[in-house]
Amino acid sequence: MNTVIINYGAGNIKSLEFAFKRLGVETILSNDTEIIKTADNIIFPGVGEASSAMKMLKTNKLDTLIPQLKQPVLGICLGMQLLCNYTEEGNTNGLGIFDVNVKRFSNKVKVPHIGWNTIKNLKSDLFKSINENEYMYLVHSYYAEKCYEAISTSDYEFEYASALKHNNFYGVQFHPEKSSTAGEQLLKNFLEL
Amino acid sequence: MLTKRIIPCLDIKNGRTVKGVNFVGLRDAGDPVELAKQYAAKGADELVFLDISATLEQRKTMHNMVLKVAEHINIPFTVGGGISSIEDVDDLLHCGADKVSINSSAVKRPQLINELSNKFGNQCIVVAIDAKQIEDEWFVHLAGGSIPTNLRLFDWAKEVEQRGAGEILFTSMNNDGTKHGFANKALAKLSEMVNIPVIASGGAGSVQHFIDAFKNGNADAALAASVFHFGEIEISDLKHELRKQNIEVRL
Repeated sequence: MNTVIINYGAGNIKSLEFAFKRLGVETILSNDTEIIKTADNIIFPGVGEASSAMKMLKTNKLDTLIPQLKQPVLGICLGMQLLCNYTEEGNTNGLGIFDVNVKRFSNKVKVPHIGWNTIKNLKSDLFKSINENEYMYLVHSYYAEKCYEAISTSDYEFEYASALKHNNFYGVQFHPEKSSTAGEQLLKNFLEL
Repeated sequence: MLTKRIIPCLDIKNGRTVKGVNFVGLRDAGDPVELAKQYAAKGADELVFLDISATLEQRKTMHNMVLKVAEHINIPFTVGGGISSIEDVDDLLHCGADKVSINSSAVKRPQLINELSNKFGNQCIVVAIDAKQIEDEWFVHLAGGSIPTNLRLFDWAKEVEQRGAGEILFTSMNNDGTKHGFANKALAKLSEMVNIPVIASGGAGSVQHFIDAFKNGNADAALAASVFHFGEIEISDLKHELRKQNIEVRL
């Protein structure tokens, strides 16, 4: 099996590589169109700021490639947000896979939302063997609104979509690579989709 | 619900944990990776590694340690100590650290907070503040609390938030090492004033102290060292007690 982590200069890639290594899976880090196209499954990471991340995607021509992918794709954190229609962060248009907008939490709550929170309303095999109200680790200031493509929701200020699915595209707001054994289970599930 | 976090802190010198660590069943108490693994297994929510190395050579050893921790640990961790530039942070994040903590370097050059936050995002920039209460005022101290400044704690906290800190790690010098509890009044004021998470540090001696830090101090997380290192408080027992008190924790 051939798992590729898209490398476009954003994010803490090391933790992801190590998380897969702990599962016994060697990943390939690449921004090469051909390598990404022929992968069995693809991780689309991202930490940082949305508009500059989108610029880096465009520089690597990944903005046109990613929507065409047919194999399972998992967007993590900012990766997930960039797969949405639009994000308020840097007033940025996303890749439009998930039919939802990304907004900033208000100042009624502490921002960023940092720490372990529960995920609920779990749908999809991505959550196989993961219990309702399991804890996942989150670090983010922007959120995807609750919508019909949500496969999990979490509560912070209000209920929002903490995971999304559209065809072969999956997105999680939390960091499975940092979410202890539950996160490892999710990564394992993704590889088995 | 977002949970309150329990964070053990490890002091590192030349790639090894220092200060006594007394864990039953630990083959090598000086090995940060082994200790970190134990804490992750016991239910710690995050870890903080504080580099107290004096030389450049020792700092390089720190990078190897961070790599090893990232390789073996499946919970988030922060690295602090001697960080003063974009390059320092870049190196540590590339080794797999999730967050970095800056302290004296931010006081000396506050613009550093803006630079780091713009480059890496505020979610990974923790500003640590050591402060001492002198009569009715809290003053920021540097170099592990040894050098006083004229900066007032609450002014500085507001400023670091505005400059892009993602979290504040507040250590009360008056409480640190006493095991008499956290500085809950100052914590509560801080937590009310800023809109970013506040981590309480300094003074943990009993389970009740953690309960107080969350209930009275409104802390978002609590950090401690010796009570965990010497097994005086087991993290899982602590979390069960917190839950009994209706404090949300991850179990």
